[in-house]
Amino acid sequence: MAANCGRVVRLLLGKSVKFASPCNPLTPQLCRQISCSSALCRKNLASLGPEKFTAEFIQKQIEEFEIGKRHLANMMGEDPENFTQEDIDRSIAYLFPSGLFEKKARPFMKHPDEVFPKQRAVQWGPDGRPFHFLFYTGKQSYYSLMHELYAKVLNIEKHQDRLRAKGLFSAEPKQISLGTSRWLTKEELEATLVETISSHDYDRFIQLMERMLSMPYSSLEEEFILRYRQQLEAQSMHQIVPPLQKDEKGVDFSTAEGKRKTSRSSVVVRDCGSGRITINGEDYLHYFPVLQDREQLMFPLQFAGVLGRFDLEATVSGGGRSSQAGALRLAISKALLSFLSETEGEAMRQAGLLTPDPRVRERKKPGQEGARRKFTWKKR
Amino acid sequence: MSNIRHLFLASRSGLLGFRHVGAAKVKFSINGQHFATASSIKSPEIQIQSFTEKVPNPPLEKHDHFRLSELFTLKDLFDARVHLGHKKGCRHRLMEPYLYNSSLDYDILDLDKTEEHLRLALNVTAQTAYRGGIILFVSRRRQFCHLVETTAKECGEYAHTRYWQGGLLTNAHIQYGQGVRLPDLIIFLSTLNNVFQQHVAIRDAAKMNIPTIGVVDSNCNPSSITYPVPGNDDTPVAMELYCRLFKMSINRAKDKRRQMELLQGLSEPSSSSS
Repeated sequence: MAANCGRVVRLLLGKSVKFASPCNPLTPQLCRQISCSSALCRKNLASLGPEKFTAEFIQKQIEEFEIGKRHLANMMGEDPENFTQEDIDRSIAYLFPSGLFEKKARPFMKHPDEVFPKQRAVQWGPDGRPFHFLFYTGKQSYYSLMHELYAKVLNIEKHQDRLRAKGLFSAEPKQISLGTSRWLTKEELEATLVETISSHDYDRFIQLMERMLSMPYSSLEEEFILRYRQQLEAQSMHQIVPPLQKDEKGVDFSTAEGKRKTSRSSVVVRDCGSGRITINGEDYLHYFPVLQDREQLMFPLQFAGVLGRFDLEATVSGGGRSSQAGALRLAISKALLSFLSETEGEAMRQAGLLTPDPRVRERKKPGQEGARRKFTWKKR
Repeated sequence: MSNIRHLFLASRSGLLGFRHVGAAKVKFSINGQHFATASSIKSPEIQIQSFTEKVPNPPLEKHDHFRLSELFTLKDLFDARVHLGHKKGCRHRLMEPYLYNSSLDYDILDLDKTEEHLRLALNVTAQTAYRGGIILFVSRRRQFCHLVETTAKECGEYAHTRYWQGGLLTNAHIQYGQGVRLPDLIIFLSTLNNVFQQHVAIRDAAKMNIPTIGVVDSNCNPSSITYPVPGNDDTPVAMELYCRLFKMSINRAKDKRRQMELLQGLSEPSSSSS
């Protein structure tokens, strides 16, 4: 064991350290005893970095996933060809029911590309030569992007010079339609490049892109620029009015949903003229014995001045009596919008009838009696 | 003196077997647990030796095997304004042997010396490229960054014209990963960085025993560079000339290599098929 250790340590340290080898005791060499405990030889696994997955491993995982998906479809008695990820999630939730609170800890079956983090494969070939010409910079994807970008800027300038020489340079050429888009954020750029970049690098990238955009003939490289822009979803503040529908008897009706705390309700408002209200099949007097809840139901109708005109058919679930009443109120107000004019709808919005109440129950914190209540303070 | 330089190059390329690389995989066990000493990737030394065994290398003693002296003349250097240096105040003490004269305080480099040094440098480049060595072009001039990168891409070699991170050569196993192969030759198209100090890579290459070629202007320090080439590094014409010359010499060497491999393959079909 000691000789084994000694040989190993010699290989580790190279020829610089000479040992007093037991086989030739006559060689007058300088000998230095090196401690060779197993703790020294043990590799620090954490220092190697995150585990690397080879391309073959990922490929094998993908094949296993596909086969497993077909098995699962057969087990559930469904068509293996059209088995989507949602079907897989549903099947796994059915076959392996889990009561764990943490959703990520529950059993799952996902495509390996989503499970294993995207990593860089080995960057060089069998002869040791790296594949990318900017490998030795350390940030090859980012610098090659900058190189490409600068080449495009030079290309546009050359094009402009040629046009000027011919006299065809126009002052207002076709501009790129950016619309409501923004540049990719630093995190999104890092995800595209599969490489970390510093904020300074990102600023430089944006500067060069802006410079390219400011050139008159930047429409030459439109496709390239749009690749690095993200469309912003338009969030309109305008209230969506539910459409007015007609049933078989020719009566107008509209449907809307509402929620409050944990209650969810759905209401159908019919333009009958009777003023009857049914909740979950029961009459509203039986369902809400308390006056306060019935007042909440009537408030939107009373505000719009249409108390006896409409017929309400509602379903509600979850929560307690007060939150159910609140959910129903919101649903009724939304459904009423399709029968009222714009100004009346605006008046309802200003009254606060169309705003969902965001208040939910605050959790209890440890070290306190309730959400806010602290334990009794004792001086000693 | 050229023989010593060639020997140095030979030893660097591992022909004489002096190249030391990471130790090969060794498994040993202590108390029943198995460990490995170093990376399990095969050392590049073995790759290079098998590479050179296939095709005989051109003799190093033969001067200018690739006929690179045809690539440029003294007149070309003059037309590309290679002889123009900086002002007397910027002059480096060690560049004085390479200066021809100074007119109106502007230093003029001696083109005879430049021609001789450039021929040596191109020869070294071609010989390294012939043996499949990795060549790295380095320059920190923003004006010529794109030109240098394009040159490197066109001749199939590598470039670094960006911010030099500290441990790229000296801490390579941490920076790039285990088993990386470092460049066999570094060509500096401008030895100064953006704050007019000597580029860190010159010192790092000297530490890692990598031969360097450098275009040294009259304000640069030629001492640590293996093959200095006194010349102008500020004019676009001069930079284009250098890039063109290096690219042509590398391409010539690689073409010759491919020819020799084909000939080898034709003359000995049995050994090449195995």
